[in-house]
Amino acid sequence: MKLELRGITKRFGALTANDHIDLVVQPGEIHCLLGENGAGKSTLMNVLYGLYRADEGEILLDDQVQKFEGPGDAMNAGIGMVHQHFMLIPVFTVAENVMLGNENTKAGGVLDLEAARTKVREISARFGFDIDPDAKIEDLPVGVQQRVEIIKALSRDAKVLVFDEPTAVLTPQETDELMDIMRQLKDEGTAIVFITHKLREVREVADRITVIRLGKVVGEAEPSATNAELASLMVGRAVSLTVDKADAAPGDDALVVSELTVTDHVGQVLVDNVSFTLKRGEILCVAGVQGNGQTELTEAIMGLQHRVLGSIVLDGTELVGQSTRGVLDSGVGFVPEDRTEDGLVGEFTIAENLMLDRYTSEPFVKAGTLQLDALARFAAEKVTEFDVRAQGIATKVGRLSGGNQQKVVLARELSRELRLFIAAQPTRGLDVGSIEFVHKRIVATRDAGVPVIVVSTELDEVTALADRIAVMYRGRIIGIVPGDTPRDVLGLMMAGETPSEVAA
Amino acid sequence: MIDVRTAPAPGAQVAGSLAVRSWKAPIAFTVFVVAAAILFIGLARDAPTTFRLSNPNDAIQLPELVLPAFATGIIATAIMATITVYAFLRAREARRIPLWVTTVFAIVFLVAFLTWAAAGSTLPMIGLLAGSLTVATPLIFGSLGGVISERVGVVNIAIEGQLLSGAFVAALVASITGNPFAGLAGAVLAGALVSTILASFSIKYLVDQIIVGVVLNVLVIGLTSFLFSTLMTADSATFNSPARLPRISIPLLADIPILGPILFQQSIIVYLMYIAVAAVWFALFKTRWGLRIRAVGEHPTAADTVGIKVRATRFWNVLLAGAIVGGGGAFFSLAAVGSFQKEMTNGAGYIALAAVIFGRWDPIRATLAALLFGFATNLQSTLSIVGSPVPSEFMLMLPYVVTIFAVAGLVGASRPPAATGKPYITS
Repeated sequence: MKLELRGITKRFGALTANDHIDLVVQPGEIHCLLGENGAGKSTLMNVLYGLYRADEGEILLDDQVQKFEGPGDAMNAGIGMVHQHFMLIPVFTVAENVMLGNENTKAGGVLDLEAARTKVREISARFGFDIDPDAKIEDLPVGVQQRVEIIKALSRDAKVLVFDEPTAVLTPQETDELMDIMRQLKDEGTAIVFITHKLREVREVADRITVIRLGKVVGEAEPSATNAELASLMVGRAVSLTVDKADAAPGDDALVVSELTVTDHVGQVLVDNVSFTLKRGEILCVAGVQGNGQTELTEAIMGLQHRVLGSIVLDGTELVGQSTRGVLDSGVGFVPEDRTEDGLVGEFTIAENLMLDRYTSEPFVKAGTLQLDALARFAAEKVTEFDVRAQGIATKVGRLSGGNQQKVVLARELSRELRLFIAAQPTRGLDVGSIEFVHKRIVATRDAGVPVIVVSTELDEVTALADRIAVMYRGRIIGIVPGDTPRDVLGLMMAGETPSEVAA
Repeated sequence: MIDVRTAPAPGAQVAGSLAVRSWKAPIAFTVFVVAAAILFIGLARDAPTTFRLSNPNDAIQLPELVLPAFATGIIATAIMATITVYAFLRAREARRIPLWVTTVFAIVFLVAFLTWAAAGSTLPMIGLLAGSLTVATPLIFGSLGGVISERVGVVNIAIEGQLLSGAFVAALVASITGNPFAGLAGAVLAGALVSTILASFSIKYLVDQIIVGVVLNVLVIGLTSFLFSTLMTADSATFNSPARLPRISIPLLADIPILGPILFQQSIIVYLMYIAVAAVWFALFKTRWGLRIRAVGEHPTAADTVGIKVRATRFWNVLLAGAIVGGGGAFFSLAAVGSFQKEMTNGAGYIALAAVIFGRWDPIRATLAALLFGFATNLQSTLSIVGSPVPSEFMLMLPYVVTIFAVAGLVGASRPPAATGKPYITS
C-alpha cells in the first residue's frame, strides 16, 4: 500500500510542530525520517496514526483520501505503529496485548484466547521469534517487548508500518536483528517508515531518506550520503561528529569502589558485586542497555540507595552510609539521568535552580536568609559561561529547551570544587549543538584533573568520551576495556558476554 | 536472539544482611498471643459455651457443640504461641509465612474468643453467619462498583453517596408504586445518576476524582436528609412505607445442614448479589468488555492506540458501577429496615472502599473482604445480645478495627490499576 502525506500541518498553540510536510512511501520501501529530537517526526507520525488531528493537509492511502477520527480508524486502514514508548499493558500477557482492541470472541463476548495464542505463534514463526504467548509483558526484556509490538501491528494486517525510534532501547545486536526484520517486512511488500536520529542505522537500511528540521522537510538524501552530509542537513550547519580530546593523563587513584551490591526493597539484586577504581583526570564510561544497574550504581554513590553493601572510597573518605548531603559535601557533582524529574525544579527560576544544592551556607544563605544579590550575580555569570539561552535568570527552568535545561544542571554541578563528577545520560534528548557543548565541558572537567564517570546507553557517546569503558549487564560489570574497543565487542558485552569469550 | 542465560536471574534472593525480612506477621501474631493469654487465661471464665449449629425448624438437626471455655482458651493460646514461634523462624530465614498458617491462626483465635466471650451461654452460629452475610450484602455491592470503577481508571469515593441515594429512591419508589422491585429499579437508576455526575466531572471536566466523590457524598447526605424530613416524615404512609423485598427459601439447597440456612434462606437481594459477584468476576477476566476495562485502567494511551475509546469506556462503566452500588443501596430500605432513615448507610460506602483495596481490586477477594467486615459487625451485635464481658463500646469498634488491621496490616503495598485516578488527556 502506498502512503502519501500532503501538506500536513500541526500546531500546538504558538508552536508549529509540523509545517506543510509532504511525504510519499511506496510499498516495499524503507523510508527513513531523519531529524533531531523535537524536529517534529513523532508529531507527524501521531497525526498519521490518528492520535493527533492535523490542522491542515491530508493523508492518502493508495491515492484515497483518509479521514482518521482516532487510532482505530488508522489501524483499520492498514497502518501499524511500533511506538517509541511501547503501547503494551505491562500486567497483560502477550496474547492479551496482541488481541486487545481486535478481540476474537466466542458467544457473549467471551474472549477466545486460544485464537490469540495461535496468531502470536504464527507470526512468531514467520520471523523466527521465540515468544511465549502467555508470558506477562512486564517479565519480558525490552527487545522482546518490541517484537510483541511488531506482532501486534502485523496481527492487524498492517500494510504501512511505522517504527518510531525503535533502536533507542536495543543493544547493537538487537538493532541488527531489527534491521533484518525490517528488510524481511519490506520484501513482503510492506511500506515502512523508520524514524530515527541515528545516522549509522539510516545509511544501513534506508531506501530513501527524508530529513526534517524544525517541523519542515529540509531535504531528501540517498543512503549513499555520508554521515557528515546527513548531519549537516539535520542540524542546519556543519557539525563535528567527533569529540576533540587529548590523551588522558591519569593521576592517582581517586575513587575505589569495592564489592558494591545494591538490592531493592524486595531483595532483588540491582548492582551485583561491582568493583572498580577510577583515577584523577580520567573518564570512565559505564555502558550497557538501560536498566542493567547503571542508574542504581550512580545512585548508590550519591547515597540515594538504601540497601547497599560494600564500600565506595573517595580520596580516603568512605561514602557508603553517608547522607546525600554528606556525599555532595565530599565534592561529588552529579548530573542525574532524568533532568526534569531529578535534576531541576521546573517551576523554579534558573537562579533558584543554580543554588538548589547550596542552601546550607554562604555565599547564598546568611543567617537563614537568601542572599539574592549574590545569587543574581552568580546566576548571571553562569548563564553567560554555560551559554544558557534564556530571557534572563528569572526565567522558569521548565520553559527552557532540553539543551538549555541540561546546561543549567551542568552549571550548578560544575561550579563547586569537585573531587568526582558523575554524569548519567548527559546528552539524552538533546540537539546536536548542545551535545557538542556538554561533551566539551565533560572533557574539560577531566582535563582539570577531576575523575569523571559518564553513564550512557549510546555507544557513540561512550566511544567518543571514554578513556576506559565498563560494560554493565544485569547488575554486574562484565568487563572494563580500553576506550578504543571496537563497537561490536562492546555490543556483545552489552548482551552479557565477557571479554574473554568475545575474544575467542 | 537475546541471551538470558549468562548472568544470574535478576530475581535471585541474596543471603546475608541485605536479604529482606518482614517481621510484620510474627509481631502481629505475638500481639494476638499476648491478648489471648490475658483474656483467655488471665481473665478466664470457667463455664461451658454452647455452639448451636442448626435452627429449630431446620429439616436436619445437628447436635450442639459444647466447649469448656478455660480449657479451650489454654489450648488455643498454646497453638497460637507455637505458630508464632514458627513465624519468627520463617522470618529469620527471610521466607514468607504461608497463607494457610495465618488462616489457621485466625480461626483458632476466633474460636477461642467466641468460646470465651459467650462462656455460660449459647451462641446461635447459624444466625451469626447468616446475619453476617446479610450485613455484608450492601458492602459487596458497593465494593463491586468500586472494583469496576477503579479498574477502568476512576477512583470511586462516592460509593457511600450511591448507596444512600439508592436506599432513598428505593424507599420512595417502592412506597409510591407499592412494588419493591420498582423500588429496586429506582435504586439502580439513582446510583447511576450519582455516577453520571462523578463521571462527567472527572472524565470530561478533569476535576480531581477524590474531591468530586467526597462532594457527592456530602451532597447526597444533604439532599436525602432534607427530603426525608420534609417529604417522608410529613406523610410517611405515602412516601416511606415500602413493601419489603421477599425473603425466599430455595428448595433443596436450603436444607443442606449449616450452609443451607446461611446461604439459601435469604432476601432476594442477596441472591442478586451472588449473581452480581459471579457476573462481574467472569466479565472482568473472561470477556472482551473486561479486557478493555482493565486495559483502559492500566494504560489508557495503549488502549487508545488500539482503537479503544478511552473516555467513553470510562464514562459508561463508571455509570454501570454506580448502578450496581445503587441497587445495593436498596438493601438498606427494602430488606434490612423496611423504611428509609436519615443517613442510614452510616459509612458502609467507606467500608466497601476499604474492601476494594483489601481485595486488591478483584471482585472475589473484595467480596471476601466485605464478608469479613460483615462478620465483625454482626459478631458485635450477637455478642452484645448473649452478654459478653467486653464493654459494648469496645465491641462497636470491632468492624473498624478489623478494617484498619486488614487494610494497613495485611495488604501493605498492593498495586492498584496503574492509571486509576488519572484523567486521560490528549491533544
